[in-house]
Amino acid sequence: MTDAPLRGAAGDTSAAPTRRQAYEARLKRRSNMIAAGSTIAVVLAVVVLVPLAPGWEAVQRSFFNGEVFAATFPGLLNAFMLDVAIFLWCAPAIAILGLLIALCRDVRAPALFPLRMFGALYTDIFRGLPVILVIYLVGFGVPGLGLPRPWNSPYIWGSLALILVYAAYVAEVIRSGIDSIHQSQRSAAASLGLSEADTMRFVVLPQAIRNVAPANMNLFIALQKDVALLSFIGPVEIFRQAGVYKSLMANFTPYVGAALIFLAITIPATRYADYLLHKQRRRQR
Amino acid sequence: MRGKLELTNVWKSFGDHQVCRGVDLSVGAGQMVCLIGASGSGKSTLLRCMNLLEPIDEGTIHLDGQDISEPGLDAQPIRTRIGIVFQSYNLFPHMTAAQNVMLAPRRVRGKTPAELAAPVQALFARFGLADRMDHYPDQLSGGQQQRVAIIRALAMSPEIMLFDEITSALDPELVGEVLDVLRQLRHEGMTMVLATHEMSFARELADTVCFLDGGRIIEQGPPEAIFAAPREARTRAFLERVL
Amino acid sequence: MRLLATTAAALCLTATGALAHGDDECAVGKTLEDGVLTIATGNPAFYPWVLNDAPESGEGFEAAVAYAIAAEMGFDADAVTWVRTSFDEAIQPGPKNFDFNIQQYSITPEREQMVDFSLPYYTSAMAVLTTEAVVEAGAEPTLESLRGLLWGADANTTAVPMLTEIVGPERDAMLYGDNVDVTAAMQAGQIDAALFDLPTALYLAAVVVEGGTILGQFPADRSDNPDQFGLLMEEGNPLKECVDHAIEHLTESGRLAEIEAEWLQAATGVPVIQ
Ligand SMILES: Nc1ncnc2c1ncn2[C@@H]1O[C@H](COP(=O)(O)OP(=O)(O)O)[C@@H](O)[C@H]1O
Ligand SMILES: [Mg+2]
Repeated sequence: MTDAPLRGAAGDTSAAPTRRQAYEARLKRRSNMIAAGSTIAVVLAVVVLVPLAPGWEAVQRSFFNGEVFAATFPGLLNAFMLDVAIFLWCAPAIAILGLLIALCRDVRAPALFPLRMFGALYTDIFRGLPVILVIYLVGFGVPGLGLPRPWNSPYIWGSLALILVYAAYVAEVIRSGIDSIHQSQRSAAASLGLSEADTMRFVVLPQAIRNVAPANMNLFIALQKDVALLSFIGPVEIFRQAGVYKSLMANFTPYVGAALIFLAITIPATRYADYLLHKQRRRQR
Repeated sequence: MRGKLELTNVWKSFGDHQVCRGVDLSVGAGQMVCLIGASGSGKSTLLRCMNLLEPIDEGTIHLDGQDISEPGLDAQPIRTRIGIVFQSYNLFPHMTAAQNVMLAPRRVRGKTPAELAAPVQALFARFGLADRMDHYPDQLSGGQQQRVAIIRALAMSPEIMLFDEITSALDPELVGEVLDVLRQLRHEGMTMVLATHEMSFARELADTVCFLDGGRIIEQGPPEAIFAAPREARTRAFLERVL
Repeated sequence: MRLLATTAAALCLTATGALAHGDDECAVGKTLEDGVLTIATGNPAFYPWVLNDAPESGEGFEAAVAYAIAAEMGFDADAVTWVRTSFDEAIQPGPKNFDFNIQQYSITPEREQMVDFSLPYYTSAMAVLTTEAVVEAGAEPTLESLRGLLWGADANTTAVPMLTEIVGPERDAMLYGDNVDVTAAMQAGQIDAALFDLPTALYLAAVVVEGGTILGQFPADRSDNPDQFGLLMEEGNPLKECVDHAIEHLTESGRLAEIEAEWLQAATGVPVIQ
């Protein structure tokens, strides 16, 4: 009630803008114009200059071939469903395993020291190995021990390789989240008589996980891309499907199609992660 | 009446740094003891030792006759009998005020939310926060947050309450509302130990005032004696600086 | 097979005098480097196409064919240099670092839109590589039996479309980046069978895959889509004419058949899949 007249004076822009608002509006218009101008200049340069390059026609025929694109895109989209499926069953497993490993690394009881050591060793090893190497070793190696079908499926062991590697990264991220929770929160919980486990579960973890949500989100975007590595041990997902088309038609356009499909998923996801991060920064101020 | 706390020759060091050097302190049931002293003199550490957040190196702490400083003793049930409120509130930011208050009774005492609804509601009402129960800490003022922290400790029905400079982080105009809460508790007969810089408050309400310096209580007595006629030169110098 | 038959017929008809070198002048000024013929092959190059991954030795079917073609075009063995390319390097746009590329490229109309192929120098039967264990479990060289198997193939080969068009497996095939991964998967029991050109399949069965065996072959001269290997060249390469000429000569003179007999195992005894 009392601040109504105030709001009318300062907040209502439809009335005469304040000097400051007018200044800021001018400034904004100017920077928008500069941004638009330079964008147009760059786009023009690319559109006009690149086709002038002597090899452009050949590049266009072999990378941006409309016919090949139209012929292969539906098949690529179909193959991408396998990527999505692999992602969908790996992601929850990664979240759970990553959390468990992070918790292993945080145990304080001396009796549980081996667990702590296991956690450290685990993250060191799996963060230190290229994903593709783990996929080969686990995906071909374990079934090579003579497991019967269907237990030797590359889907199982390839997914496990992804889960093992990504859980190590997620564990590190969660651990950094746990470390970021101030000791005073644990003190406050302990002073109320909460057990270590309850303190972790109700006080530390919820905050830690929320703090690292953007970082984890980025990991899961990376996972969506790395799913394609499973193709090396057999599954015909989008990357492999594109490779087959490429080989049949001696044309790289299918790879461009696959790239577009990946971007259609990863760009919005990346934007969303950035938005989360931004929101979180603002909250913490 | 319960809530008697007895410290005998308490020593505590962090590495080579001796923070408590032979503290003797007796807090009778229903009494209010104020710890005063310069920053770094060991007030917070002493309070944290009292509810076993820090293990002590030497000496004993008795609560109602039980030695709670025995090494290896399960600290958890003891801590539920001694509440502590910190300078920086330390509310759980991801929970509403009511959730902050109910967490420990639910997990430690095994109470259900239904059982807790009425008593928690009453606690919030008693300290003037009935309409703030569903707010998150960052939607509350400093004074309100500190009162929620006090309610959170009280919800475990402790025998003793420890307060560590709970008004130091507050804007001056918010200090009063928190001190009023302490006053209220004092009149209800709660045993309390406070580390404080609010000298006039200590003077008004304390049974005993202890002056800490370098990890030792170098002078203690009723507030009139300490404030009006300090015996020790250091106490006098400290009081001259802060009054 | 038909090609071989015609070759044999041609050999009978033409006098041995026609065996002389082809058109020595044809290639002049058309190679990357004057007086030098730059030939590309795979990295690594596999048996029996190239022995010991050393094409310079001229040992192995493709190495021998390459030198024979070079000779037809008027290049001595010293005038031949070798480079290595992957499949992708061979088809990427832009100038090539080879005059022609020989690594079992199957000639297909789709590929021909992007690159040039020579006349075929080999017509391959496709064969089914599998293991004794799978055969014992009841796999037979009939289409019906094949459909029920779990298939694998090298993703870069024309085995992939053949698999879907001719076999039509019940379960999705697994595809791999090279022979080595296909055989690893077979050894891990993840696939029952894989489709390769017959020479490769014979080699893998005999040397690489433990308990490997050939279940059967698809006839080389399948009417609809025979698998023929050609030299790959940059589209519009003026050398194509000379290369084709050389291959024509080698075919007609029977030299090509001799090389094939020398380096590729006889595929006798491999049952034909109906
Ligand atoms: N956890 C700790 N580790 C090391 N030193 C500490 C720790 N807590 C307190 N101290 C030291 O103990 C001394 C007393 O601190 P404190 O009890 O906080 O004093 P006060 O509350 O009277 O200001 C200070 O010198 C401080 O640096
Ligand atoms: Mg302090």
